Amino acid sequence: MTQTATLAAPEIIRPGPRPATPISEAIVEVISDSGEGAQRCGQSLGAIAARMGNGIWTTEIIPAEIQPPARSVAGASGIRIRIGSGHVTNGGDQTELVVAFNEQVLLGRVRAGELKPGAKVLLECMWKTHRDPAVVVSYMKTVEALLSDGFEVYEIPMEERCRELVADPRKGKNMFVLGILCNVYGLDDELAREQIARIFGKKEAKVIASNIGLYEAGAAWAEANLDFKYRIPAQKSTVPQIVVNGNTALALGVMASGMDICAMYPITPATSASHYLSEAFEKIGGLVHQAEDEIAACAFAVGASYAGKCAVTITSGPGYSLKQEVIGLAVMAEIPLVVVNVQRGGPSTGQPTKVEQGDALSAIFGSHGDAPKVVMAPNSIEDCFYSVITARKIAETFGMVVVVLSDASLSTAQQPFPRPEFSESWLAPPVDLTPVPPRTLAYDWDAVTGLSRRIQPGRPGGMHTVTGLAHDRASKVAYDPAINEEGLRARSLKLAALQKTLKAPTVFGGESGDMLLIGWGSTMGAIEESVTRLRAEGLAVSSMHLRFLQPMPSGIREILARFRYAMTIEGNWSDKPGDELIDEDNRRYSALAMLLRARFLVDIDCWSQARGQPIKPGDICRATREALKRRGVQS
Amino acid sequence: MSKSLSSCVIKLHQEHHALEDYQGGVPRWCNGCGDNAILAAMQRLCADENLAPEGTVFVSGIGCSSRLPHYMKTYGFHSLHGRAFPVAEGIKMARPELNVFVSTGDGDCCSIGAGHWIHALRYNMNITVLLHDNHVYGLTKKQASPTSPRGFRSNTTPYGATLEPMNPLTVSLGVQGASFIAQAVDWIPEVLYDILRAAHRHRGFSFVRILQRCPEFMPKAFDPWLHDPQRTQLLTHRDGLQLSAAIASAYRNQREHDPANIDRAREIASLDDPIPVGILYRNPDAPCYEDLRHAGQLRAPADIRAGLEREFDKYTVWPEGHAEA
Ligand SMILES: Cc1ncc(C[n+]2csc(CCOP(=O)(O)OP(=O)(O)O)c2C)c(N)n1
Ligand code: SF4
Ligand SMILES: [Mg+2]
Repeated sequence: MTQTATLAAPEIIRPGPRPATPISEAIVEVISDSGEGAQRCGQSLGAIAARMGNGIWTTEIIPAEIQPPARSVAGASGIRIRIGSGHVTNGGDQTELVVAFNEQVLLGRVRAGELKPGAKVLLECMWKTHRDPAVVVSYMKTVEALLSDGFEVYEIPMEERCRELVADPRKGKNMFVLGILCNVYGLDDELAREQIARIFGKKEAKVIASNIGLYEAGAAWAEANLDFKYRIPAQKSTVPQIVVNGNTALALGVMASGMDICAMYPITPATSASHYLSEAFEKIGGLVHQAEDEIAACAFAVGASYAGKCAVTITSGPGYSLKQEVIGLAVMAEIPLVVVNVQRGGPSTGQPTKVEQGDALSAIFGSHGDAPKVVMAPNSIEDCFYSVITARKIAETFGMVVVVLSDASLSTAQQPFPRPEFSESWLAPPVDLTPVPPRTLAYDWDAVTGLSRRIQPGRPGGMHTVTGLAHDRASKVAYDPAINEEGLRARSLKLAALQKTLKAPTVFGGESGDMLLIGWGSTMGAIEESVTRLRAEGLAVSSMHLRFLQPMPSGIREILARFRYAMTIEGNWSDKPGDELIDEDNRRYSALAMLLRARFLVDIDCWSQARGQPIKPGDICRATREALKRRGVQS
Repeated sequence: MSKSLSSCVIKLHQEHHALEDYQGGVPRWCNGCGDNAILAAMQRLCADENLAPEGTVFVSGIGCSSRLPHYMKTYGFHSLHGRAFPVAEGIKMARPELNVFVSTGDGDCCSIGAGHWIHALRYNMNITVLLHDNHVYGLTKKQASPTSPRGFRSNTTPYGATLEPMNPLTVSLGVQGASFIAQAVDWIPEVLYDILRAAHRHRGFSFVRILQRCPEFMPKAFDPWLHDPQRTQLLTHRDGLQLSAAIASAYRNQREHDPANIDRAREIASLDDPIPVGILYRNPDAPCYEDLRHAGQLRAPADIRAGLEREFDKYTVWPEGHAEA
C-alpha cells in the first residue's frame, strides 16, 4: 500500500509548561483490547483519588465476549472514572479525556457518543509504524478523522517506552498509563506507589518494582510531553471509607448478615459476588455451593433455610426465571429466603454484561398464583451492602422471600462509603432446638399480621411436614375453600405487616413543585444529579427514590399530591408515545410507572431507556425539560 | 398398617422410639399400592435404628410416592416435582446432624429431576434415597414415565410407548462418585427392609431403586416376577445381603456378588430378567460433599466480626493521621 507514505503524520505533540488548572470534576476513560489491563489501571486511578479524599465513581466497559478479536470496535474493554471534589453518585455524561490502546476500540466509544466534543484523546501510536500497512492506514485515517471532528489528539509511544522497561509491554502499559493519568490529575505519588504495591501484593517484590518503574516512566513522559495538567481539590474524609464495587458490597453484606450458605450457579453479571464470597466467606465458616443449575441453587438455599440457616441465592435474569417455581415454594411454605438478582439486559439471554432494570415486575408478580414476596432495590454501592443485611432480617422475621434487585451497573461500579461498623444485631439467631410446647401448630397464623412462628427440624415435639400444596395451620394438605383463603390471607397480610414498619420516602429537591421524578435502584445518583441541575435552571423539579418496590411504604400518595406532574425514570422498556401505533389504550408503561398508576390512580408518565448503558444525568435532564415543555412548563 | 408389616418381627428398643412414633396419619394410597410396603419398611427402620423423630427429615418431590413424608411422624418436606434432591442437599449441608431421607418417583427422579439426580450421586451427601419406581406417572393418572416398558399403553402413549426404558441402576452406576446403589422390590418386605437398613447405615448417598407395584395404572405389571421366584435373583455377600432361611428357600436364584466390584455391578445392573435384588455397589470410602465442605461448623459472632473486619481492611481508605493496619 503506497498510500501510507502519502499520509502525513499529523503534528500532535504539544510539549510546554503546565500550570495545574483547578477543576471540580473529571470524567476519564481508559480503553483497550480485553486483557490489556485498562480496568485495573482505572480502578487504581479511582482508588488513589478516593484515598486522596475525592469522590469517585467507576464504570466498567465490558465487551460481551471473553476474548473479542484484538483491535475491534466491539472489543472495547475499559473503564470510565469520574473523579470529583465532592461525593460522586454516577458515571456522568461524557468523557473529557480518554486513553486508548488502539484506535479501533476508541472508535467504539466515539460512535456511541460517549466522548465530549473536543475531548482529549491520548492514543497509543505504535500502530503508526506497524508492519501491516492496513493497520497503519486505519490508524492514520482515524487520527485525521478525530482531529477534523475537533478532538484533541495526543500520540503516546506507550509500547516504545514500556519496551525499554519490560519484555512484554502488553502486560505493562496499563501502569504506564496510570503514571500519565496520575501526573495529569496531580494525584499523590506516594499513594500511587502504595496502590501499585497493594494490587501486586501477592506477587514477588520484583513484580512490584517493575510496575512502579512503568508508572514512573508514564508520569515522567506526561511531565515532559503534555501541555495540560489539572487539580481536583479533595477533602479527605474524617471517617474511614471503603472502596468496593456493588457485587463485593453485596458479598460483604451476605457475610455481615450472618447467613451461612450461598447457593449459586454462575451467571454474568452476578458471578463476581460469588467469586468473592468463595474466597472470603469460607474463611469465616460460610459456604458457597455451586449447584448444577439455578433451580437446584434455589432449592438448596430453600432446604438450608428450612433447616434453620437462612441462605441466599445470587443470580441474574435467566437464572431468576428458572428459580421462580422454587421461590413460589418458599412463599407457600413460608421459608425465609434471600434472592439477589443482579439484573442484566433481557429478555432471554439478552445483554449479559449490560445494565437493565427489567425484572421488577417478574420479581413482584413472578411465580404462579398469588405469591407475595418482598422486593427491594439498592440505590448505591453502600446500599448493596446494607440491603442484604436488611433482606435477611425481613426474610427471617416474616418467613418470606426477599428479592434484592441490583444490576449490572452497580455490580462493577465503585464508590467509597463509610466503613460499616459491624453490629452483632445484624446476625441471624442460632438455630432454635428447644422443645415445642404441646399442641403448637406449624402455622399459627396471627389473625392481624399473618405471622406465624417457625418450627425447624431438630425441635422435639414439632414434627410436621411442610408442603407446597395448600395446607392448614397444622401444615396438613387441605383443599377446603376456607382453609385455602386463610393461607392466602395470612401470606398476604405479612406484606402489610412489613409495610407498616417502612419509613416514608423522602423527597430530593423541593417538597413540592411542577415535576416529581421517581426512580428505583441504581439510577438514584443520576436522577438526583439531574434534579440539582434542573433546579439550577429554575425548574421546579424534585425526585423520590423507592428502596422498597413491594411493599411500597406509606407517604407516596401525599408526596404525589404536592406535584403537578410525576414521571418515573427507569432503565427498562416502555412504549414511546410518538410511535405510530402507540396510544393510551395500548402504551406499555415502565414497571414502576405501572405499579404507581395502579395503586395511586395518578396519571404518572414514564421515561425509560434500555440501551444497556447506565442512564446519564444529561439524558434525564433533557427528557424532563421536554416533558415539562409538552405540558407548557418552562424555566 | 399394611399387611406386609404384620409379617415382620418388630424389634422395639428399650424405652426408645416405638413404631407408632413414626406413624403419622393414614396413607391415602390405593389398595395394594407398593408405596404402603415402602412406608412400612421405613417406619420399622426408623424404630429399629432408633432415629429421633425430631432429628429426621423425609424430603420428597411430587407424585404419589412423594406423599410419604406426610405419613411419617418425623419432620418432612414435600417439595416440588423433581426438586427433592437439591432441597435435601441444602438441609443436609445446613444441618449435617439430621438424618435425611428422600422419597422420589420414577418421573420425579428420572425425568424432571434427572439433572439433580446425576449431581446428587456425584455430591455423595449422606442421604438415603428411595426411588419408588412404578414405571408410570401415578399421581397424574397414567402417563408413560422414562422407565415405562416399550409398548406400554398410557394416556400419552395410546399406541404404546416408543422408547426403550431407562435403567436407573446403570445410569447411577455410570456416575463418578456414586457410592451405594441397590435394588429392591416392594413385594419382598424382609429383603426391602434389609436393603434399606444397609442403605441407611452407609455413609454417603445411598440410592435404592424399589420396583413398586401400581395396581391402579399398571395392574399385574410385575405379576410374572411375583409368581415365579426364579425370575428374581438375590445378590448375596458377606458385605451385602444375608438371607434368612425362609427367604433363601423361597428365592433360590441367588448370586454371590461383592458390592465392591463395580464392573460386575454394572453387568448385573443391565439385567432385567431375572431382576437383580440386593446391593449392587458400595464404596464406604467415597468422600461426602458435606465433609469436604466442612458443613456444620460453629460460627461465633466474634469470628464473623474478625473476618469481616479483615475484609474491610483490604478496602479501607483511612482518614488523615490514622495508622494504617
Ligand atoms: C413442574 C411440574 N410439572 C408437572 C407436575 C405434574 N406432576 C405431578 S406428579 C407427576 C408425575 C409423577 O410421577 P412419578 O414421579 O413417577 O410419581 P408417582 O406418582 O408415580 O409416584 C407430574 C407430571 C408438577 N406437579 N409440577
Ligand atoms: S396410582 Fe398407583 S402409585 Fe399412585 S397410589 Fe395408586 S397404586 Fe399407588
Ligand atoms: Mg411413578
